[in-house]
Amino acid sequence: MINVLFFAQIRELLGTPSIQLEAGEHVATTAALRTHLAAKNEKWARALESDKLLVAVNQTLSNWHAEVNDGDEVAFFPPVTGG
Amino acid sequence: MQDRIVVQQQDFDVPAEYARIATDNSDGAIVTFVGKVRDFNDGSAVTDLTLEHYPGMTEAVLQQITAQARERWPLNFVTIIHRVGTMKLGEQIVFIGVSSAHRKAAFAACEFLIDFLKTKAPFWKLEGVGADKRWVDARDADEQAAQAWEQDS
Repeated sequence: MINVLFFAQIRELLGTPSIQLEAGEHVATTAALRTHLAAKNEKWARALESDKLLVAVNQTLSNWHAEVNDGDEVAFFPPVTGG
Repeated sequence: MQDRIVVQQQDFDVPAEYARIATDNSDGAIVTFVGKVRDFNDGSAVTDLTLEHYPGMTEAVLQQITAQARERWPLNFVTIIHRVGTMKLGEQIVFIGVSSAHRKAAFAACEFLIDFLKTKAPFWKLEGVGADKRWVDARDADEQAAQAWEQDS
């Protein structure tokens, strides 16, 4: 399983903080996972469309070429605004 | 040498945090920074602020930026405390404190840590303007401040 987390606006737009899905070829990279999720429906497409969207794999900031493997934690979130 | 990195809901006590990092007589300089909830942002009257974070990754990033600061400057104590949850106007959000033998290292490291925290640590601000809530946009100026440190190195 892949554990997918959402934060801030993304979490709010989707109405859920996380989902789990089966690992596989169709979600083998962060970009593929994003495309797969965005294809669910209009709401998911809108939540994940921003060109500023960031992705972390196993709690480390990553990029859209990174591999996603079974057991990974992948998080999607907007640019950070702490401090 | 000691790192203290804390993400918590409750407020922090600045004199107590200062006292913790001011115990070593080889340190001639202590620099602290406190970030607070400000009354105006982008022209709107802010009434409260809610901080969301990514548990686990947040602490890891704060540890990484602390390690980076230690590589650049000779530091003794480093404390980073960041609050999450809802805070009212005027409340404290973040504390950064560093100690070093000399002031230049302490000033620079403190500024580096807050600049990097703002652009790297997974926190997000939700502003309350009366009954309305809106997510705060990341600022280009903050990103430029962090990038300036990378060019300096």
